[in-house]
Amino acid sequence: MSTILAVLVDGVIYASWLFVIATGLTLVYGVMRILNMAHGSLYALGAYAAASLAGAWLRAGWAPMGSYAMLVLAALLVGLVVGPLIERGLLRFCYGRDEVVLVLVTYALFLILEDVIKLVWGVESYFIYEPYGLLGNVEMGALSYPVYSAVLVGAAVLVGVLLRIGIYGTRYGKLLTAVIHDREVSAAMGINVNRVYLVTFTLGTMLAAIGGALTAPTVSVVPGMGVETIVLAFAVVVIGGLGSMQGAALGALIVGLVRSGAVHFFPQVELFSIYLVMALVLAVRPRGLFVAAEARKI
Amino acid sequence: MTSFRRTTLGLGVALLVMGLAAPLLPKWALFLVTIAIAKGMVALGLLLLMRTGLVSFGQGLYFAAGAYAAGVGSQALDLGDAVPMVLLGGLTAAAVAAGLGLLLARYRAIFFAMLSLAFSMILYGLLVKTSALGSTDGFNVAARTVFGLPIGSTLGRYGVYALAALCAFGAAVGLDRYLGSYLGRLAPAVRDNELRVEYMGASVRNLVHLNLVIAAAMAGVGGALTALAVGHIDPEMAYWTTSGEFVFVAILSGTASVAAPFAGAVLLELLRSFAYEHAPNTWQLVMGSAMLAVILFLPEGLWSIFRRRRRAAT
Amino acid sequence: MSPILESRGLTKTFGAVTAARDISLSIEEDTVVGLIGGNGAGKTTFLNLVTGYLKPTAGTVRFQGRDITGMAPRRITRLGICRSFQIPQVFDTLTAYENLLVGLGIVSMGRKAFVGSNLGTARPEAVADEMLERFHLREYRDEPASVLPEGVRKLLDIAMALAVKPAILLLDEPTSGVSADEKFSLMDLVLGAIRADKVTVLFVEHDMDIVRRYTQRILAFYDGKVIADGDSATVLSNPEVRRLVVGEPAPEEGAAPC
Repeated sequence: MSTILAVLVDGVIYASWLFVIATGLTLVYGVMRILNMAHGSLYALGAYAAASLAGAWLRAGWAPMGSYAMLVLAALLVGLVVGPLIERGLLRFCYGRDEVVLVLVTYALFLILEDVIKLVWGVESYFIYEPYGLLGNVEMGALSYPVYSAVLVGAAVLVGVLLRIGIYGTRYGKLLTAVIHDREVSAAMGINVNRVYLVTFTLGTMLAAIGGALTAPTVSVVPGMGVETIVLAFAVVVIGGLGSMQGAALGALIVGLVRSGAVHFFPQVELFSIYLVMALVLAVRPRGLFVAAEARKI
Repeated sequence: MTSFRRTTLGLGVALLVMGLAAPLLPKWALFLVTIAIAKGMVALGLLLLMRTGLVSFGQGLYFAAGAYAAGVGSQALDLGDAVPMVLLGGLTAAAVAAGLGLLLARYRAIFFAMLSLAFSMILYGLLVKTSALGSTDGFNVAARTVFGLPIGSTLGRYGVYALAALCAFGAAVGLDRYLGSYLGRLAPAVRDNELRVEYMGASVRNLVHLNLVIAAAMAGVGGALTALAVGHIDPEMAYWTTSGEFVFVAILSGTASVAAPFAGAVLLELLRSFAYEHAPNTWQLVMGSAMLAVILFLPEGLWSIFRRRRRAAT
Repeated sequence: MSPILESRGLTKTFGAVTAARDISLSIEEDTVVGLIGGNGAGKTTFLNLVTGYLKPTAGTVRFQGRDITGMAPRRITRLGICRSFQIPQVFDTLTAYENLLVGLGIVSMGRKAFVGSNLGTARPEAVADEMLERFHLREYRDEPASVLPEGVRKLLDIAMALAVKPAILLLDEPTSGVSADEKFSLMDLVLGAIRADKVTVLFVEHDMDIVRRYTQRILAFYDGKVIADGDSATVLSNPEVRRLVVGEPAPEEGAAPC
């Protein structure tokens, strides 16, 4: 019984982390039709920035609780600086090109960012475990979980709720939906598509960075940490359906539960169980769970 | 002279030069060229896929399958010679693609790229957890002979190099011939307009499937050659970043010429060995920037520079 | 004369919309038939049903007496039904000549499977050049299709369908997107080229002058149904056709000026 509980709890925690990252990926794809292979590197940037900022805060001897604010601040900073930089400096020259070409562009960007991270932060690992343990543990039956994990889950729910309100409840969200639906018509109707793209990519970057910043206290921040994350995030959004927010949520839950189930019951298959699920979902639903295949008009 | 004859002649000259140059090359250069050719084989397969309008971020799957098949085959089947090992590598990869192609051939664009990536990651996950194959460490692979010549003998030292060169020659000439055939010419037609190809009476899915198998066979041969040249294989060969490197070579080379992937791969290996020595942490930065430059300014690949010059000259 | 193409009760619904309802008709061999109707009348849907792009909800299609309902487009093509498209479907990066060679190459690779082609043992390269000649496309031979003017792409699209010498050719609005003063010369060219091989033609058109001049028989579609079928003059003077398809008031109520 407690094993099943552990699978569920671990799965949900893992899913929360995945959701925050994947939702940024799916948002950028939905609006801009860019499957961003550099998303994992943006995640890593968030983690590094968080480790640096929170580390500096803690070393300065200020109130440890403030380190949480530093994590969030780091993510916002990365989003606001790096997002516009990439969108204005590179991506805007590629709009209108084939989706596959854009994948290649972001792959090149991924290569560049991986080394930029090494050049800025070096190749050694960063640890900031304090925020992880600071809130103590909570007992669930025979299991003990750090309260920080609950923070992760809460953050994911908050991100989901805010995005939902942002997209369905605000004027800007309606513009976004219009651009998702038809870029040309939106532009013709007077929507500033370029600005929508800028805001979207900044938001997407921020979401990746939040994922990284919140993860930073739970892992060692090392070069290459984005490399595996990006393929996990791909699996999530491909399962859910590229561009679908609900899909990202469901995909994250599926991947989270599959992985924690595999870890507990079949550790041999842990690594590839996720991709197996992805391949199976695609075999049945070629566009993922939440997106229907479209017919071509001739 | 037909373009096919010209290509064959050009590649033949290249093969001859490689043969004559072999005794003059230092050991590291022999190794570098062998590795480059092996990777060029994978990129050559990608060239065929790209002509069909597909980019695979999962060629590492077939690369690794070929390498592991050669390695396992040499032990389990007691293959002492490099030639059957390479053959086994190519055939295994082709068989894997024949199976996966049943599913993959239904996908296009980013979905094809992602699904092939997922399959390669499945193999990676399997290899990492299979202790019989050395898990993350992999295992050593060695052939006792090449073309029947002992590896340690004077001529045998050039054996793997020669084998790689012959494989590349055969693959490039074969692919060139294929691309010029009625069947091969359907590839760009499929890329441009699948619907019309179906309306002209051909099965797009079968053609994509066939091209997947051909590309996989080449990647498998490349993997087996790499295994023989390096003497060691590990699961990293199936990891998605390995596949990404092949895509890099293919983009750099463009799809215009069957010789380009090999030129691109040699360039990549030269740059890499140079970068590793002088600036190990900027290697990917250079690669990424080069790739961006090619995508933005030379959409047909570096090779198009030569073509443009030739066109300007005539 | 025996019917080469025959549909019985052909029906297609998309959710609540019925795009084709109970279409029964037959096309005789060696004739030129026009298919008219307003937007959304189901003309293209009918072509899509016959060529297998859409699967009918009900009904059957027979070709040369053989049931081809629900077959894939490529199988139907191989039996000898070729079509052109309203929006030209050509291969943009290939030259006009290479565009023609695609279909011809497919035939020459599998003459046994491609039973519907009357190409015989002709060399694909020679036929491609001959088609370019016949459609007055020689000057565009080595130009990539992407740079060709729309009218030329339209001709190329039709030439590709005809090149493999099918038994019947279905043309989807051959003159759409072509300026009014070029329409007749284009149709002269197209039908001249097609009829040189005595290929049966069914063409969709919304220009009444074109159908009047080039067809022996007209099928009029309205709201997914066949509302008139007969020789051209009779159908075009049918009051229902004039009201629903041609868009003119029928003669007996035509007193009111509009």
